Amino acid sequence: MLPADFVILVCIVYVAILFAVAFAGDRRARRDPSGWLSSPLVYTLSISIYCTSWTFFGAVGSAARNGFEFLTIYLGPTVVFVGWWIFLRKLVTVGRIYRTTSIADLISARFGKDPTLGALVTIMAMVVTAPYIALQLQALTSSFQVITFHAGAVTAANVNLDPDFVTAFWLALGLCAFSIIFGVRNIDVNERHHGVIAAIAVEALVKLVALLAVGIWVVLAIHGSVPAIFEDAPARLVDPQETFGTRWITLCFLAAAAVICLPRQFQVTVVENSSESQIRTASWLFPLYLFLICLFIIPIAVAGLSELPGGSNPDLFVLTLPLNANQDALAMLAFLGGFSSATSMVIVSSIALSTMISNHLIMPLALRLSIAPAASPDAMRSFILGARRASIVFIVFLGFLYFYLSGASDALAAIGLISFCGVAQFLPSLVGGLYWRGATNIGALAGLIAGFTLWGYTLFLPSFGGTFLMPESVIAEGLWGMAWLKPQALFGLTGIDPLVHATFWSLFANATLFICVSMFSEPTPLARYQSRLFVDVFRRQTDSELSVMRRTARIADLKHIANRVLGSDESAALFRTGGASDRSMVASDVLISEVEQRLASSVGAATARTLVSSVVTSETISVEELKRLADETEQIRAYSAELEHKSRQVEATAAKLALANDQLREIDVQKNEFLSQVSHEVRTPMSSIRSFSDILLSDPRLDPERKERFLRIIQNESIRLTRLLDGILDLNQLENGDVDWKIELFDPDAALDQAMASCEALASAAGVKLERKGRARRPLVRGNRDKLAQVFINLISNAIKYNTSAEPVVIVSSAARKGVYEARVADNGPGIPEGERDRIFVRFARGPMPRQVGAGLGLAISRRIVEKHGGTLSLLDAKLGGAEFAVKLELAKAKG
Amino acid sequence: MPLPTNRVLVVEDEPNIVESLRFILERADYDVHSVADGVLALNRMRNETFSAIVLDIMLPGMNGLDVLRAVREDQRLADLPVIVLTAKGQAQDRRAAEAIGADAFITKPYSNAEVVERVDELARR
Repeated sequence: MLPADFVILVCIVYVAILFAVAFAGDRRARRDPSGWLSSPLVYTLSISIYCTSWTFFGAVGSAARNGFEFLTIYLGPTVVFVGWWIFLRKLVTVGRIYRTTSIADLISARFGKDPTLGALVTIMAMVVTAPYIALQLQALTSSFQVITFHAGAVTAANVNLDPDFVTAFWLALGLCAFSIIFGVRNIDVNERHHGVIAAIAVEALVKLVALLAVGIWVVLAIHGSVPAIFEDAPARLVDPQETFGTRWITLCFLAAAAVICLPRQFQVTVVENSSESQIRTASWLFPLYLFLICLFIIPIAVAGLSELPGGSNPDLFVLTLPLNANQDALAMLAFLGGFSSATSMVIVSSIALSTMISNHLIMPLALRLSIAPAASPDAMRSFILGARRASIVFIVFLGFLYFYLSGASDALAAIGLISFCGVAQFLPSLVGGLYWRGATNIGALAGLIAGFTLWGYTLFLPSFGGTFLMPESVIAEGLWGMAWLKPQALFGLTGIDPLVHATFWSLFANATLFICVSMFSEPTPLARYQSRLFVDVFRRQTDSELSVMRRTARIADLKHIANRVLGSDESAALFRTGGASDRSMVASDVLISEVEQRLASSVGAATARTLVSSVVTSETISVEELKRLADETEQIRAYSAELEHKSRQVEATAAKLALANDQLREIDVQKNEFLSQVSHEVRTPMSSIRSFSDILLSDPRLDPERKERFLRIIQNESIRLTRLLDGILDLNQLENGDVDWKIELFDPDAALDQAMASCEALASAAGVKLERKGRARRPLVRGNRDKLAQVFINLISNAIKYNTSAEPVVIVSSAARKGVYEARVADNGPGIPEGERDRIFVRFARGPMPRQVGAGLGLAISRRIVEKHGGTLSLLDAKLGGAEFAVKLELAKAKG
Repeated sequence: MPLPTNRVLVVEDEPNIVESLRFILERADYDVHSVADGVLALNRMRNETFSAIVLDIMLPGMNGLDVLRAVREDQRLADLPVIVLTAKGQAQDRRAAEAIGADAFITKPYSNAEVVERVDELARR
């Protein structure tokens, strides 16, 4: 045993050292904010406040009672940190970017800065944390009592220590002082508490060293060797059958949830986080810390069970084992380890909760009741700081009160896990809020209330064993005697561990209501906006963010608010960097958002919004804009698809235009060619006319025979000119499509015969033998008989004119087959060379023959005429060696 | 050998034009010969002696401009006066003909007097 005075002295010295560390840390951080205090190591050590006195002392107790079950408490957090990129990374990033002040702030901000949610989460956190603080106070006082008690009493069976409320009271007071001095210096919560964190880191080291020292001593001095540990261990402790089951899984899950959701863990992990590298290091260093903490739990428990008299409190083995062996120094170290665990937990918890209470309970209330001082610029600031300090005192003494009222009952022993289950209720809203845009504030509210209520009903209240609120009869028989309402067997779910039972029902109801109510409720525009910011935190687009909120406020009003909360110096700096020009009366959207964000990092998002809204004269959140943002990716995808489609259309149009342009160019070339051809064709007969008329005029002595011949040439050339003009006009009319022919049913063979008759004279004059072979049987086609006759005349006369054979023959034939009438004109002339075959249907193109009468338009006109009849005019491979043309026309059905 | 100064070759495929040219040139005491085909015309120029050629451009067989080019490339015919007489009356046609070496360019319809004048100028140099 150690004298109480000595222990107190050691404690005071230790606390003085902590004060010095915190003080130095604060000073150092002010000079060099990015120094070693922001290092990942310090960050990781601060996270180890997860290991409270409940784990420092209690883990051994748990191991002594339930074997390896204690491991779950470390396994859950290990999984969370090792798999940090799954959830932790997003949570920490959101917290850092949006300057979150607490878990209540994050949940309220995510769901549209809903003050009700903030308040609810705060109250829940208070209910869960106060007993937890009480537990620390109990651990502190009982460990103090043990170490100062005379040795004989410790070793005696069933030492019943009366709770030492006086010690507890002074301890609570000291913790308040420390928290207030180092935790509430500045109202900007997001500005890290470097002093506190430094002290916490030192404490984390102390508790680790203490536990390792006791562990090593136990292995070496008591067990002697590592295998001996297992020989000494009672069989039930290391029986895997006893260990693994639903309770094991539930505990792992609860521990994982707690390391995220516990207000103090949120404070050190999220709020105090300043960079991703911190969390990256913590992802392996924190599990390593937990591993070291766990290493000697079983050896200590086994040693305690074997060395200490039966009935000794296993929760104090860490302390009583060295005491029992008169290792006073080791006992003192172990005491300091427990002291560190307990104090660091209380300090950080009280700071975290004070922020929540002041931001989510006191401030909204003060603003609503208009009791927040508005007179002097710094009054509001002092008011908030005062509220924080009061909150710290309040929460610590709430814990003390709980400790005082519950006495040293067993209720406290189980409070760790009960707290875990309580804070796990935040999990659905937290996870849903970060990953599901559809989650609404009403859904979160419904889930939280249901989960919290069921947690209270099935776990928290029954844990008092009928001494608080819930009478024993309700626990045994159910509310109003209804068995299905039995707190520990809800809806007849019996036979399972109460913790598993409560966890199942509370989280089941919580998650189900959260999801269902979210699906059937519509988020407010602000909540929709916030959901986008939070869910898409890794791909936020800052430029489009501010376009959603359109607010108007006078700069003077805004400044007034900022002065009140931030103090005049900081506020002035904010307005300077915020780009507010002195001349401008109205604040820009950017400035308003900046001020709100800055305020939020002090008083939380919801209160900041309330404050800013009080001076904003008009606010619109464009729902359209929001939807646009929400569906941004969708829209971009749709838009790019549309763009692709459009560009394809444009390409197609461009191709069409290019084609049309080519065609126009072609037509233009053709037109020029045509003009030059026409002029050529006109100039030739004109030459004869002019020349011969000159001769006739200038030579009056010309003999009459010659005179007549020349006059006839003039006449013929005039006729040729006229025909040329007619041809051009005909072709133009045919090409432009406006023909005004009389359409009738007629026998094409009759037209063919008529054409042959017209050409008889020409043929006999040229000495060409004109023959008619093969005849169709009574064919009928629809069209214009005269025009078709013109085509036949053209073909037959061409065949006669261009036939230079020694014995010229032209054969005309016709046939009707398969609904098609076909007339052919073949000759035995020179034929048309391969290269010319396509050209001959082009106007003014003539065969390679000496010039004869004809304008070169005949075949072009003929082809057009046949095409107008829906038929074809084509050149075939001639059987007679010359050219052979074929006209094909569709046969009309004869009437009757 | 004295150059016969009155032999003129008309290269033209339009019979009526040949007839008119023959009439007006004969009236001016030229010995007029005519041919309707470019290739045949070139042959006659190489084998006979003419004091001037009246050359159409649009000819069957061989284009008038090709005939002219062949004439100018033939050393013995290089100085032969050639009058291009054509229905292709556009400026670029005239330039093309003169570039190859036409001595005169007359568009159809022509004035009888101008044709005779040009032949006189060139054939009786």
